[in-house]
Amino acid sequence: MTDTTSLFPKYAKSRPFVARHPSVLIFLVCLALFTLGVTILSEGFGIGVISTSFIKTLGKTLCLCLVALAMDLVWGYTGILSLGHMAFFGIGGYAIGMWLMYARTEIIVVQSLAAAPLPPTPQEISDGIATQIFGVVGASEFPPIWAFAHSLPLQLAAVVLVPGLLALVFGWLAFRSRVTGVYLSILTQAMTLALSLYLFQNDSGLRGNNGLSGLQNLPGLDAVPQDTVSMWFLWASAAALGLGYVFAAWTVSGKFGSVLRAIRDNEARVRFLGYSVEAYKLFIFTVTAIIAAIAGALYYPQAGIINPAEIAPIASIYLAVWVAIGGRGRLYGAVIGAAFVSLLSTWFTGGQAPDINLGVYTVQWVDWWTILLGLSFVAVTLFAPKGIGGILDLLEQRRSPDRHGADLGPDAGALREKEADT
Amino acid sequence: MSVFRRFCTALLSALLILVALPLAAQTADAPIQRLLQDHAEIIAKSSRRTIGPAIDALGASDLAQAQTVLEKWQAKEMWFNKDTGLFVYAEEIDRKTIRAFDFDDGSEIGEFDDKGFKQLKPNSGIRGLIGAALVQFQLKNPDPTVRAAALDSIERDADATHLLALRAVRDGETDAALAMRIDRLERLLTIRFADTDAERIAAITSFEGDLGVDVRAALNPLVATVVDAAAALPEDADVLRTVTPGTDLLPAAQAYEILVAGGLAPPRISRADQKAALIDNIQGTTVAGIEVASLDAQDARDLAYAALVRQGAVEEAATDADVARALEAHVFFERLVGGAPPVALAAQAVLDGIEAKVAVNQSIDLGLDALSLASIYFLAAIGLAITFGVMGVINMAHGEFIMMGAYTGYVVQLFVPDYTLSILLAIPLAFAVTFGAGVAMERLVIRRLYHRPLETLLATFGISIALQQLAKNIFGTQARPLTAPGWLDGSLVFNDIVSISYIRIAIFVLALLFLALFLIVMNRTRLGLEVRAVTQNPRMAASMGINPDRINMLTFGFGSGIAGIAGVAIGLYAKVTSEMGADYIVQSFMTVVVGGVGNIWGTLLGVTMVGTLQKGIEWLNPSNTLAAQTYMILFIILFIQFRPRGIIALKGRAVEA
Amino acid sequence: MSTKLFTTTALLGSLAALPAFAQDCPIKVGVLHSLSGTMAISETTLKDTMEMLVEQQNAAGGVLGCQLEAVVVDPASDWPLFAEKARELLTVHEVDVIFGNWTSVSRKSVLPVIEELNGLLFYPVQYEGEESSKNVFYTGAAPNQQAIPATDYFLEELEVEKFALLGTDYVYPRTTNNILESYLQQKGIAAEDIFVNYTPFGHSDWSKIVSDVVALGADGKKVGVISTINGDANIGFYKELAAAGISADDIPVVAFSVGEEELAGLDTSNLVGHLAAWNYFQSAESDANEAWVEAWKARMGEERVTNDPMEAHYIGFNMWVNAATAAGTTDVDAVRTAMYGQEFPNLTGGTAVMLPNHHLAKPVLIGEIQEDGQFDIISQTEEVPGDAWTDFLPESAVLVSDWKELGCGMYNTETSSCVQIKSNY
Repeated sequence: MTDTTSLFPKYAKSRPFVARHPSVLIFLVCLALFTLGVTILSEGFGIGVISTSFIKTLGKTLCLCLVALAMDLVWGYTGILSLGHMAFFGIGGYAIGMWLMYARTEIIVVQSLAAAPLPPTPQEISDGIATQIFGVVGASEFPPIWAFAHSLPLQLAAVVLVPGLLALVFGWLAFRSRVTGVYLSILTQAMTLALSLYLFQNDSGLRGNNGLSGLQNLPGLDAVPQDTVSMWFLWASAAALGLGYVFAAWTVSGKFGSVLRAIRDNEARVRFLGYSVEAYKLFIFTVTAIIAAIAGALYYPQAGIINPAEIAPIASIYLAVWVAIGGRGRLYGAVIGAAFVSLLSTWFTGGQAPDINLGVYTVQWVDWWTILLGLSFVAVTLFAPKGIGGILDLLEQRRSPDRHGADLGPDAGALREKEADT
Repeated sequence: MSVFRRFCTALLSALLILVALPLAAQTADAPIQRLLQDHAEIIAKSSRRTIGPAIDALGASDLAQAQTVLEKWQAKEMWFNKDTGLFVYAEEIDRKTIRAFDFDDGSEIGEFDDKGFKQLKPNSGIRGLIGAALVQFQLKNPDPTVRAAALDSIERDADATHLLALRAVRDGETDAALAMRIDRLERLLTIRFADTDAERIAAITSFEGDLGVDVRAALNPLVATVVDAAAALPEDADVLRTVTPGTDLLPAAQAYEILVAGGLAPPRISRADQKAALIDNIQGTTVAGIEVASLDAQDARDLAYAALVRQGAVEEAATDADVARALEAHVFFERLVGGAPPVALAAQAVLDGIEAKVAVNQSIDLGLDALSLASIYFLAAIGLAITFGVMGVINMAHGEFIMMGAYTGYVVQLFVPDYTLSILLAIPLAFAVTFGAGVAMERLVIRRLYHRPLETLLATFGISIALQQLAKNIFGTQARPLTAPGWLDGSLVFNDIVSISYIRIAIFVLALLFLALFLIVMNRTRLGLEVRAVTQNPRMAASMGINPDRINMLTFGFGSGIAGIAGVAIGLYAKVTSEMGADYIVQSFMTVVVGGVGNIWGTLLGVTMVGTLQKGIEWLNPSNTLAAQTYMILFIILFIQFRPRGIIALKGRAVEA
Repeated sequence: MSTKLFTTTALLGSLAALPAFAQDCPIKVGVLHSLSGTMAISETTLKDTMEMLVEQQNAAGGVLGCQLEAVVVDPASDWPLFAEKARELLTVHEVDVIFGNWTSVSRKSVLPVIEELNGLLFYPVQYEGEESSKNVFYTGAAPNQQAIPATDYFLEELEVEKFALLGTDYVYPRTTNNILESYLQQKGIAAEDIFVNYTPFGHSDWSKIVSDVVALGADGKKVGVISTINGDANIGFYKELAAAGISADDIPVVAFSVGEEELAGLDTSNLVGHLAAWNYFQSAESDANEAWVEAWKARMGEERVTNDPMEAHYIGFNMWVNAATAAGTTDVDAVRTAMYGQEFPNLTGGTAVMLPNHHLAKPVLIGEIQEDGQFDIISQTEEVPGDAWTDFLPESAVLVSDWKELGCGMYNTETSSCVQIKSNY
């Protein structure tokens, strides 16, 4: 859909954004209906059909959809297969987690010191908080990176700034050296591996392997039940996803989007045309890193705990899997893929899926689900590169048969071999 | 039910007593048994701290059986009868029954249920003491292995009597190797136990330049020092040198503690103590006239404490100025505490010479470790150098081929119990299995994706997770044993510092073999020629009569097969689990990229650099190996940013492919 | 026929229980152990243990006249998923008690959920202490029930003067080593005689670390290694030890995370004499243990072994059954109160007692590795009461946990005030 409009820019300019992109409107309506439905069925605000633990799962899934959207922008539209975006997601989680832990602990410490015979000095309060937070890793002093943890606005700024800066520096170095294709993928994977190894160390100052925990309890809001808190986060996640979707749709429409897709299809040619390919790539890399970080900042308070295992390279690869299965180069594809695969994964590993008795052997999904996922992923790559989104495309094509064929994703257009064939 | 059980137990113990009675009559009066009974309590308690008298008594007794008792006791074969308290030695017939023997004459007493007896299990500390006591019996034993065991015992737990014992047998030893050990041990013990300084110094200087840990272990205690303080430097002979407080050697805080400990200065007060003192002196809502509520800052508390001092309620504590003055007023010096000054100085001189050599040898050892790590990375990466470097196929399942090779080795060992034979079988089998898997994967998946490298990456990743989980389903999550043959046990020892295990040497040799194989196949065979042709220009190659499909298939199979063999080697030295391949995959890709894709020498340089770097960082920061890995990866990332084509960059067409 | 018998027992049981509460049948027991992912290696065994215990209890007539039902979920070694599954167990399945978790991070993940919903968790693995939750019973060893006695053994029996503390880089080794460093210094070991090293999970390149340890012997002091190395990494470590020819008589190694299960992946012939400290070994000689091992092998196969966390679940489960019977209900608060002072025989002989700080008093065993992969028990202490807050770190020395009298898990004895009731994860 986005493609047709960008092919006819003059025609497109004369109509409002939403009208040019009916899919955005459809998506927003679906999202709103979903949120409303969940609210009505929830325990916190409705009739209690959906359990709070499932509300949390749904809320987390919305965040995953948002990060998949970012992945689709950077991979599906620009052709940069980043295997490191979950690192930015994790950094966002850590940044918000630091404030959540600090503020909650501060309340406890101040309360307990209030009973002491001497009023506490600021140093004693700070030591008390540090002992409580870092006691489990055998330290009792604040590492320098916790300097802003006392302030919510500063940590919220960190959610955006830290991953943004990291992506900017990393991207600038990589794109400047013209590291592309699989090399860039391996490099981003190395980045997330280095980050997770670094965080695994106790000396990293973020509690090593334990990570930050108890994030679901909002400081000062102990009295509010989780039934309610989980709904707040679900709404916030839905709002973020909606905004993210509009932003992404706006980015990939118009001339800017055309350049992105052109870079994906033939980077060298775009460069010859005089575009600063590096600047475009750097922009999209950084912006998607920030979107991922925001998604992470919303995700981890719902998950309750963040630790370095969340940033392991495998997480980023799964992100690519979601987008590929959903169908890259389509925003709704990314959302569908993330929601579909992660919910299915929850269902299969949750033990609810019925075992299949083959007589000689019983297939237990807990054991076989990963194999199924891996193989179906191979199958999608081989036989259905458009993913689930491709099915929607088919419907679309039936409605407007003269429409140009949708692209096949990052690799389809580019290679010289193919041109030599024709 | 329980009544019945109690009845049975009673009956059983009654029976046991009946059975044991003749035993009691038989041995209770034997001298050796009486000796044991004298120390029965401490023997049963079995603690190194208290066992001394019992072992001394056995060692000093001239009873012929004392040696047997010590030997049986050391081998955990001594038991005592719970009813009579008498000691016997026994062998276990099965889990429940033992056959007991009399210490006195070695005669069999009978078979018993082991419930009536308690086995004595001396811990290794006690076993060491027993060994030391046995030395006197063993040193003159005709069997050289027994004499060697005696020397082992002395090395672990020497005492002054051993020096005399060694000197007594020194000249009579016929076995050349043992004679050398005796000579060395005698000199070591001379350093520790000799009466005169001259003797000791002679022994010390005889070890000039010796790298043995035992020598340093003997010398270092002699040169031990403590830091002491006094108003003026004493003239004693044991004062080695002065040290300045406030340096790395002696931080100011530590220096002041020495003064406090020596009663030369008043202690400082910690914040906790200060707070406690303030709390103790709270009167109503004030401390020394200052409102308690205002004491929420350190300055306020210092003032309040000073006020308390003025009132005389608390002791005065040293201030920073006091501390500086006290440090100024005293001299700090190192005092020798390990031995007489001339001996210590001789030891220091010899040690200085040794330390210089130790440093050289340590760097050689580190170099060997680095080389070994590099060869392991090379093994893991060489298959990748073929599939990725030559063909340009990103195979994320490469690590799983390594895993498949290792599991093949494990399965072979299940059927072939002889370790040497099983490894010889496992290597070709692992190659065959992973070659087959590689060919299958190439035909079914990779062939369809040759022009979509990013999708190859993702598809092979899908295969990777599926294979990992499959291995888990088949073999379980528990690590599986893959045991090296006996001739690969142990290490090649150059001296006490430089050594490398044979298994690592084998891996190194294997890596060299693979390198040679790779070079021969690529440069000297028709297959290699065709591979290079297909890589450079498939269409042209095809028109020359080469079948590119077949060549791609074979090349990929070859690379995968080598990964399988690497898996056997890696499994031998580390572990076999479903996740073992994943541990190597990212590093392997990075070494190939760092080295320069498409060039085996580049890969070689890459692994050498990574191995050396990692060991280097470990050496700089020995307490945190994880940090070494982290910084190594960071370094690689930066390296690639500035040299994206690797150390050895290919030029021309292949670069952009 | 058996149904009939069961109905009668159930009837009798419910009659006995009637005066207190009418119990909802069946009673649900949550089992929260990973069946997939990296921790499955250890935790699957515990899931099987729980299923066996539940079956045995049902065969013996259940609890309060009800049959027990094990509700098994799979948190897949994914820490956030532990919290999610715990919530699911408590709110969807409405279990009365949860047995589960392995590793502190997974426990810290479920703590907020358990405390929020007032659940009851039995944690069966050795851990680093420094925690006390109202809703958790710690049936594994605290540091003073494993690390401290093993260190004493090194100091006193083996006369070790120089220590190498090798560990995997995560919380349990870090905290345990901190405690040990502080303890050793109090025992007069100089700071420079303590060498500490941390390696990543699954580390395999041990040659440098092993030669570092050998080099420690250069100043003539006896060296001992205290290993908190976790899981697979032990295989490479012990292989390197064996290759370097280090015998247990020269440099003994005592491990806190190596049990019968871990040795199954190794050829132990070169490791004979190295040590492990636990509260249970399969080789313990008692009638209860023999029956237990026999039942386990009959169920799971002859080659399977038993280990310490299994015994912890065995004790924990039986204590919970007895406490529920005593309280006449499975209501969490009632059971919790009834738990204090519960006694149950250990498999190693002697009696475990549940203390008001939610830890057990258990004996500490030290075993030497044998050729057959089992341990030869060479030292067994009296029951040692578990200590939630260690006495060997200054910040924790002033803290006590007493849920019975003080109703507080983190009570500061200096200021006589409760620092916090809910945990700060």
